[in-house]
Amino acid sequence: MTRKQRKLTIIGGALAVLAVALGLVLNALRDSIVFFSTPTMVAEKHVAPGTRFRLGGLVEPGSLVRGDNLAVKFEVADGAAKLPVAFKGILPDLFREGQGIVAEGALDTSGVFRADTVLAKHDETYMPKDVADALKKQGHWKDDYGARPGANAKPSAGATATQGAARLVQGVSQ
Amino acid sequence: MIAESGHYALVLALALALIQSTVPVLGARLRDPALMGVARSSAIGQLLFAATAFAALVTLHVTSDFSVVNVFENSHSLKPMIYKITGVWGNHEGSMLLWVSILALFGGLVAIFGNNLPLSLRAHVLAVQAWIASAFYLFILMTSNPFLRIANPPIEGRDLNPILQDIGLAVHPPMLYLGYVGFSISFSFAIAALLEGRIDAAWARWVRPWTLVAWIFLTLGIAMGSYWAYYELGWGGWWFWDPVENASLMPWLAGTALLHSALVMEKRNALKVWTILLSIMTFSLSLLGTFLVRSGVLTSVHAFASDPTRGVFILLILCLFIGGSLTLFAARASTLKQGGLFAPISREGALVLNNLFLTTACATVLIGTLYPLALEVVTGAKISVGAPFFNLTFGPLFFPLLVAVPFGPMLAWKRGDLLGAAQRLLAAGVVALFVIAVVWAWTRGGSALAPLAIGLAVFVVGGAVSDLIERTGLFRVPLVTVMRRSRGLPRSVWGTAFAHAGLGVALIGIVCETTWNSEYIATMRPDDVAKLAGYELKLDGLSQRQGPNFREMTASFTVSLDGERLAVMTPSKRNFTTRAMSTTEAALLTRGVSQLYISLGDTTAEGAIAVRIYHKPLVLLIWLGPVLMAFGGMMSLSDRRLRVGAPKPAKALRGLQAAE
Repeated sequence: MTRKQRKLTIIGGALAVLAVALGLVLNALRDSIVFFSTPTMVAEKHVAPGTRFRLGGLVEPGSLVRGDNLAVKFEVADGAAKLPVAFKGILPDLFREGQGIVAEGALDTSGVFRADTVLAKHDETYMPKDVADALKKQGHWKDDYGARPGANAKPSAGATATQGAARLVQGVSQ
Repeated sequence: MIAESGHYALVLALALALIQSTVPVLGARLRDPALMGVARSSAIGQLLFAATAFAALVTLHVTSDFSVVNVFENSHSLKPMIYKITGVWGNHEGSMLLWVSILALFGGLVAIFGNNLPLSLRAHVLAVQAWIASAFYLFILMTSNPFLRIANPPIEGRDLNPILQDIGLAVHPPMLYLGYVGFSISFSFAIAALLEGRIDAAWARWVRPWTLVAWIFLTLGIAMGSYWAYYELGWGGWWFWDPVENASLMPWLAGTALLHSALVMEKRNALKVWTILLSIMTFSLSLLGTFLVRSGVLTSVHAFASDPTRGVFILLILCLFIGGSLTLFAARASTLKQGGLFAPISREGALVLNNLFLTTACATVLIGTLYPLALEVVTGAKISVGAPFFNLTFGPLFFPLLVAVPFGPMLAWKRGDLLGAAQRLLAAGVVALFVIAVVWAWTRGGSALAPLAIGLAVFVVGGAVSDLIERTGLFRVPLVTVMRRSRGLPRSVWGTAFAHAGLGVALIGIVCETTWNSEYIATMRPDDVAKLAGYELKLDGLSQRQGPNFREMTASFTVSLDGERLAVMTPSKRNFTTRAMSTTEAALLTRGVSQLYISLGDTTAEGAIAVRIYHKPLVLLIWLGPVLMAFGGMMSLSDRRLRVGAPKPAKALRGLQAAE
């Protein structure tokens, strides 16, 4: 083989791998991305039952009902709308009423959000970024959301986590 | 006083870094050895001042000086001593200080051990190091100064995030940073080579040990972080494809590619331009990782609420260094001559294939990590790219790479014999097929992919072993000869075998854990028995106790197998009063390389407790693999050829001229 042919072999091989990778990426992006919605967005857009999405909002105080065998029901609200959520499994350590959460799952035909994963934020402001942004956009952001957990916790306080450390604790259903 | 001295030391380090970033370059231009020598002394001085600043912050945390904001926000007088020390880097300001201290450490090490480097190369390398250092000193001093005081000092601190009060924090971030920042050395060498317009095999020989050191630390750091998440977060997951994890995986993939391409350059003087580009990319990805983590820009499951000024500052540093280095690369790369011809089927060809797949895999991770961000900026739509995306892209790309791994070391340089290599791998292939058949028969009806993946992993391990057998002549020549030959083998050959085998071992762990992991989730009362994977776990009872800065509820489980009592496991839930947070302390029982894992949920009104029990078969192999890889790296590092350092470049400089 001449130098040129060798070069072409290598370049051809590289392009082939890149083409395959591009195909994989496009395919995966079509199938496995999950959109984020708030209860208001769900109400406005009429999300079809069975479509997976991430629901973010605050756990409505007083709405948490524990059923048999680790089943829980609660409502997620964003100030304008509420959506009932059903989950089976162990809730994350930081799950509590009035706190921001993100749940992943889909609506069932009766309009209940069946979550298979519930995520709660592990920082002192108890506010997932998605939820905070959505609430701010709708004008429902109150600075005291952050102050709730402890009297001396400033909402604007610096971050407390190092890489790899503070993650959402996930409650994965059975 | 201590805070002010720390602050002052940091300013002095910045001043020295500014000198170090200009004077040596001037010296190289003027060919003045005295000016070039400034690089060495200022790098060592910078290391001393950065270390002083770091020591000052540690002292402030240890003595619980709550008049300093950083200590007030992240410490508590009742916190155990070890967490007072590790808490130094458990927050933004402190971890950035650790970052620059490690950068100064690497700069200092190059200055101290770089005596055999050509003077102008050393001057350039240290100057580039100082450019990076200056940018980050400025960042710390302007946006994240850890030494700021509070006007009215409070009596008690706000405590460290409880989830960080763990021994993992002592090890994981420093390891990871040693890896991230270690890649700055190969970056500096690459920039220096472009500035000098000269690069040869000796260059690769200087760069390789530094890259190897960084790679070893990064490998261990990622593995450590994964294990920490596994036992600390209480639901047994060990990899989340979280943007922050991806931020550490990307430099690892690029760094692994760099290790391999530097090998081609050192041995065959080929792939020069590519190696330079990889050096730049690897450190750029480290910087990108720092940006993603430190600016809180991503919808990360890692909590990180920082103010945007920091994000913008790091973004500027990022653009400056990545843009600048790539521009320099574009302008100068053509001056570097290519050498060393090779056939597509050869050791070089295999290493190119390795590079191709590693960088492509790295690119898919990059797309998956940045796509949600780009989409949000452009369209405002919020999406999350989860594990399925990465499994669908990363998996198919790693599969052919793993098939190719055992062939690489079997092929000769320049022109390899694929058939010959395949014959030598016959035994490994047969063993792999046998394993596939056994696993298939054993788990009939299960996933077809798992036995194949395990077979592939066995093939990778078998390939590494066959290579050693082939080289030592085991089973063919008398044992004495084998011993003599194995002692005579270069350490880097052993290193390669260990690192490649580690890859296979980790894959076995990953496949077994994800496929045959079983779990039991229920509410249990005292004396209830849970049955899982043949084990019987009886809840004996719950008890309360008071820790130094938390209250703890412990459950006690008696574990038995076939009626025989094995051990008592005590998972617990801790409540940290200062932050009103609770953490779950999982209990682990190791049986061979498999583990039983118990974590607690909430208690109900009737005195029952929610319990999650997992049986994780062969789970420890997931982390044993990276440990083997790192061990292989260390073997390779101890190779005499690397220890002795690079020889003086040949007189003719292989036909390359300086760009001046």
